[in-house]
Amino acid sequence: MDFFQLFSDLEKADPEFLDRINPRRRVFKYLGNAGQKVTAAAVPAVLASFFNRAYGQSATLTAPVQAVLTLALQLEYLEYHFYNTALGISGLIPPSEVNGVTTIRNDEAGHINALRGVLGSSAPSYLVTDFDYSGGSGSGNGPMKNALLPGAMGNANGALFFAAGQAFSDTGQRAYKGGAPVLNTAATKDILEAALNIHSVEARHNSHFRSVRRAIVANMLGSAGAPAVAPYTDAPKSWISLVDGGGPKAPDGSQPASKVYGPGTPATGADPKAADTYYPGDDNVSQAGVNLTTINSTYTAAAVSEAFDEPLDAATVKSIALMFTSAAGKAKGLFS
Amino acid sequence: MPTSFSSEPQLREVEPDKPLHVPIKRRSFFMYAGATAGATALVLAGCSKSDSSPGTIDVGSGDAGILNYAYALEQLEAAFYAQIKTGGYYTGSTITAAEKQIFDDLALHEAIHRDFLKAALQANNITPLKDLMPDFSSINFGSRDQVLAAAQTFEDTGVAAYNGAGRFLTSNANLALAGKIVSVEARHAALIRDLRNYNKFVDSDVVNTFTPSAPATAGVYLGEGTPNSTPNTQGNGNPGPGQERSKRPPQILQAVNNYLADGSKLSANSFA
Repeated sequence: MDFFQLFSDLEKADPEFLDRINPRRRVFKYLGNAGQKVTAAAVPAVLASFFNRAYGQSATLTAPVQAVLTLALQLEYLEYHFYNTALGISGLIPPSEVNGVTTIRNDEAGHINALRGVLGSSAPSYLVTDFDYSGGSGSGNGPMKNALLPGAMGNANGALFFAAGQAFSDTGQRAYKGGAPVLNTAATKDILEAALNIHSVEARHNSHFRSVRRAIVANMLGSAGAPAVAPYTDAPKSWISLVDGGGPKAPDGSQPASKVYGPGTPATGADPKAADTYYPGDDNVSQAGVNLTTINSTYTAAAVSEAFDEPLDAATVKSIALMFTSAAGKAKGLFS
Repeated sequence: MPTSFSSEPQLREVEPDKPLHVPIKRRSFFMYAGATAGATALVLAGCSKSDSSPGTIDVGSGDAGILNYAYALEQLEAAFYAQIKTGGYYTGSTITAAEKQIFDDLALHEAIHRDFLKAALQANNITPLKDLMPDFSSINFGSRDQVLAAAQTFEDTGVAAYNGAGRFLTSNANLALAGKIVSVEARHAALIRDLRNYNKFVDSDVVNTFTPSAPATAGVYLGEGTPNSTPNTQGNGNPGPGQERSKRPPQILQAVNNYLADGSKLSANSFA
């Protein structure tokens, strides 16, 4: 069999052939099969799977899997454009924090790369103008409007920017957690593992944002060793304690991210052991039907809540993200 | 100071069928197993037939195996932080109140994880692994550097372990529980790394970092850029871009066994 002739013929018959296989090649490379040895006996099977990748990948991703990955991609765009924009605004991010934000922006870019690789060329893409980082649902005049304005009210040292980053990355980690069970099928184990590997990186980002926020309050920029201050709205621990007092405060006193730490839908389940079917708030103290505060007197509700992060359902994630979506984004169906 | 398992000299690549500890292990295994007839039966019951490392306890198979694997890791982490709290650095005069609070929280979180997993195993009629005997003799608990370096190792390992184990879970309820725990381990890991080396909450030893390049059309970002290392088969340490380097259970246990005493060393032969 002459592969080069075959490819050339295919390209003549279907000019988009190479374009078709290109994004799939990314799947090939990034989601797990690149290391497999190809033996002579395996060639027909490999070829078959190759064509399947070229023409049938979207069909092989079930609608629920595609929905989870598309929402993940949208959330990655929300984060990427926010950090990327901030890095371009002189005087917004304190010098000691630029490397950290750059790392986070680059990770989000990698996540976009990976998710687009799985979803293929039909995956949507979003512009910075598709988002409303003021938290105004498209009005451009929401409570977080100072987050990208250096030195504006409430935003000394980028305090509001880091507060928003905390809210976005916690939304991301809760969304990936909520979506993971959907990806747990025999055909999508590699995609599941990729999603888990993104999920923990979101949690690392979140931990860092929280350390920066403590440092801003304690005037200790460039150090992760600043003390947390209850009720953790402005100087949070690196983990979520109960509901962090409702989350970061905006200059107008509101707490636009309170839903990030609250319950999803449904908040409770008939079978408390079915942890994948309900979405309590982050102050939850019962896991798999066991109230963990009863195991040991030192296991306070705060400590137990900190030890577990809760998943969030797609509808609640979207309702949070829509606060940060512009009219242009909504017109594209972003977070709908 | 080791910054990760992979950089520790005793954790260099080993040939899978040539365990590092064979001579000692085999002897101690029979010493241990020979203590009483009852103990022999117990230990042998814990060893699967395919066990290629004499003297190790296999975590088992299926969801039960993964839950016991997680229980083992949490036992080790909880024991580690408990020992920190009695060690020279924590009890000394140089530690800040903020760092003390961090260790108090970490000790609680890991003890809660351990006790939760044991309770969950029992609730599902799965026999929990025995109480493991840690061996932290390589760690100087009086040294901040050593305590933080070891903490980083345990936390980064925990994240890679949960991420690499998720695919082996059949029950989505169990997957959801693992997901609730792993992000907390990732928070721990990031904070410890930031305490040791600020802004290194993510670095190329634990994440396949990615360098974006300018999009073909200005403003329209479609994922252009280059990963730090070539993505490879999942579980072998080179995941996709911006992703944690998940590791399979046998790979994790090879490293973890350095902190477990003879008689408590583990294998996970069903999860290669």
